[in-house]
Amino acid sequence: MIDLTGLASVLGSTMGAWYDFRDLNNLQRLITEWIADWGPDWLASIIAGVLGTLGILGVIGPTLLILIWVERKVIARFQQRYGPNRVGPKGLLQPVADAVKLILKEQLAPRAADKLIFFLPPVLIFVPGVLIWGVLPFGPRMSVADLNVGVLFLLAVSGTTVLVIFMAGWSSNNKYALFGAMRAVAMSISYEVPMVLALLTLVVFSGTMSINGIVQWQQQEDVIFILLFPLSAIAFFFAASAELNRTPADISEAESEIVAGYHTEYSGMRFGLFYAVELGNTLVVSAFIATFFLGGWWLWGLDQWVPSWIILLVKTGAVYFLLIWTRGTLPRLRVDQLMGFCWKALVPATLLFVVVAFVERTLLVSEGWDTTVALPVMAVINIALTLGAILLFARVSRPAPLRRPARIRMAGAQIGGLRAARQVASRTEEPQLQVGGD
Amino acid sequence: MTTADDTRLAMQGTIEALTTGDGSEPVVVNLGPQHPSTHGVFRLKVTLDGEIVQDAEMRIGYLHRSMEKLAEERTYTQNIPFTDRIDYLAAMSNNLAYCLAAEELLGIQVPPRANAIRVMFAELQRVASHAMANGTFINDCGAWHTPLFHMFRDRERVLDMFEMTCGARLTTNYMRIGGVAFDLPDELLPTLEQFLADMPENIANYEALLLENEILHARARGIGVISPEMAINSSLSGPVLRATGVPWDLRKANPYCGYEDYEFDVPVGEQGDCFDRFLVRMAEVKESLRILRQVVDNLPDGPWLADVPLHARPEPGESYARVESPRGELGFYLVSDGGPAPYRFHCRPPSLINLSALKEMSIGGTLADAIVTLGSIDIVVGEIDR
Repeated sequence: MIDLTGLASVLGSTMGAWYDFRDLNNLQRLITEWIADWGPDWLASIIAGVLGTLGILGVIGPTLLILIWVERKVIARFQQRYGPNRVGPKGLLQPVADAVKLILKEQLAPRAADKLIFFLPPVLIFVPGVLIWGVLPFGPRMSVADLNVGVLFLLAVSGTTVLVIFMAGWSSNNKYALFGAMRAVAMSISYEVPMVLALLTLVVFSGTMSINGIVQWQQQEDVIFILLFPLSAIAFFFAASAELNRTPADISEAESEIVAGYHTEYSGMRFGLFYAVELGNTLVVSAFIATFFLGGWWLWGLDQWVPSWIILLVKTGAVYFLLIWTRGTLPRLRVDQLMGFCWKALVPATLLFVVVAFVERTLLVSEGWDTTVALPVMAVINIALTLGAILLFARVSRPAPLRRPARIRMAGAQIGGLRAARQVASRTEEPQLQVGGD
Repeated sequence: MTTADDTRLAMQGTIEALTTGDGSEPVVVNLGPQHPSTHGVFRLKVTLDGEIVQDAEMRIGYLHRSMEKLAEERTYTQNIPFTDRIDYLAAMSNNLAYCLAAEELLGIQVPPRANAIRVMFAELQRVASHAMANGTFINDCGAWHTPLFHMFRDRERVLDMFEMTCGARLTTNYMRIGGVAFDLPDELLPTLEQFLADMPENIANYEALLLENEILHARARGIGVISPEMAINSSLSGPVLRATGVPWDLRKANPYCGYEDYEFDVPVGEQGDCFDRFLVRMAEVKESLRILRQVVDNLPDGPWLADVPLHARPEPGESYARVESPRGELGFYLVSDGGPAPYRFHCRPPSLINLSALKEMSIGGTLADAIVTLGSIDIVVGEIDR
């Protein structure tokens, strides 16, 4: 056994110093305190905001370039390919080459497009894409704005993206783009409901709307929310992947149906911006899933030793891999099936769990139950409820054609037309292959 | 009529729809000729009410290369490369059907080894073509290319075998009137053995990935349904027909190249929907592997090409030969006037005739269903337009 007390005292003594990289807030505070010594307060707070924003932008930009490479490599491995491996070592410079190509390409606009509204979306879509990072807690004191209504801010900002998408689809004067935009609006409105309800469970149970507060609640109670409310986590994951236009819910840019959806008419870097923001949103949604349901920057005390933002990054990476995995595996749902799944399965199920959260919260707070005993019991009950809800809704919401199994029979000696077909169909022996059905 | 008149008429139509109807009018959307999922330069013009298909119109001819007319100027042997390019995903089957028709016209007996090799390559071609068909079908259902790339792995191995035998992968030009162009190379049989040994595991992997996939079921079950009566009346053939439950396979119904000597079964579906077509193709690959196993075990020795004059001049007459290509009944009709070139060269392409049922299948479904249905029919535009 290694004696860690010495190391702990060294780490403890560095707590709060600017070179303590477990909390990058220290560095920022050093600068703002120095400004506050000789300058006015407002200058210090403006500089603090600018520093935070620059820090985030400086991190996101390069991360996105690496992420493009990671996603392409991982998908390629799923598909028995190598993926990009020509430009730079292991193909790492491929995203840079792509970006340069996109910047150099001509920016085309359809003659009949509404020029101003066509020009705006690639710029506007950046605003929510960057704003949303502001409330993400990278550590106990590491978020640009630790709002006490952070959850509300998150939902409000992420909801504005759909307006930009609709502007893009409408102004392009292209039928594919219009279809994509319409689908995006319908889907976004639908999937915001289970998303809000899933977060409401956490808000109700932890009693705070601050995102950092939710993480700190998980730290305090020594439990992560995916164990307490697994269905909310699943619903949030699916709803988020729908909002992100990723398979199995990428109907608004379904390649095989409507070419590229709302950004069909965008070329060059305008398309590149849409693509980059979409990827950035995927990353930030993974980070928020990690924050809400996997404990964020906290990991059973390890955050005392390892910088909290690295813990968050690892958890984000795990969720991101899950998103890539689903994308690489699943086919796409149809528009009506996607809406049906939302309204018939996700909304009632998440609503049920809001009620469950209310009841359990009341038991904990008003009745004063001991959390060390009550929380594990509640976790077991909720996991059982989740499994029950999934099985129930899988049964109830199953469309009629899927209730019969699909069968393949062997014709044997019967070869011919309708009569032979009837003879084969009337045979009673086991079919060669039977899949699906109730 | 001037452009202004056009615009005014269109405006009138819009105003009428807005004032008299429920305020909506159908949208006409062109899928193709350049579209990610039309499998070539094929144009599907759909009239949509929201997402529901009201009318579908198929526009073909973008890949017309006038093969049938060109073939009337070339000798019977020179026409074989044309058949590669009719259905470029099943070149061997096309070679075979044409050579059978020419042999019938010339009255040529094919040596037994040539027949076995022909069966071998026709079945390998079926494996490759079905890998492509099922892979792109899942892609049309919205998967991100993963099943396609996995199935392409098998197709690549088949094409490698084609390459080592005749030097070409896609447009093989391998069959000859009276046999095949080259004997099997030494390295082919070990490669084929390895392929036959690996395939069951690969197919088990695809089935594990796809057969119980709920999303695939939701997208393909009960979609693009066609009844057996309608299928027969539309003269459909191949997996599209067999998925409706009609056990019609030319390898059984009208055997050629000694198919009667091999033991295999004809898989048929029940519902006639897109998922059944997919399942029938999966099952057919397994049956093809069964045939290949028997071919390898009973490969006769001897010549692989009959003695045929290079510039054969058949007696005046006509012949029609048909084979079960991966897409259905592929027939070649040849008329000879006694000259060195056919007087008439006609191809009955299964894709064109199977496609004719698309309108029937897609009306009433959504746009996404029409795409899935189109993918499940497995068209090759080169064969439709020729």
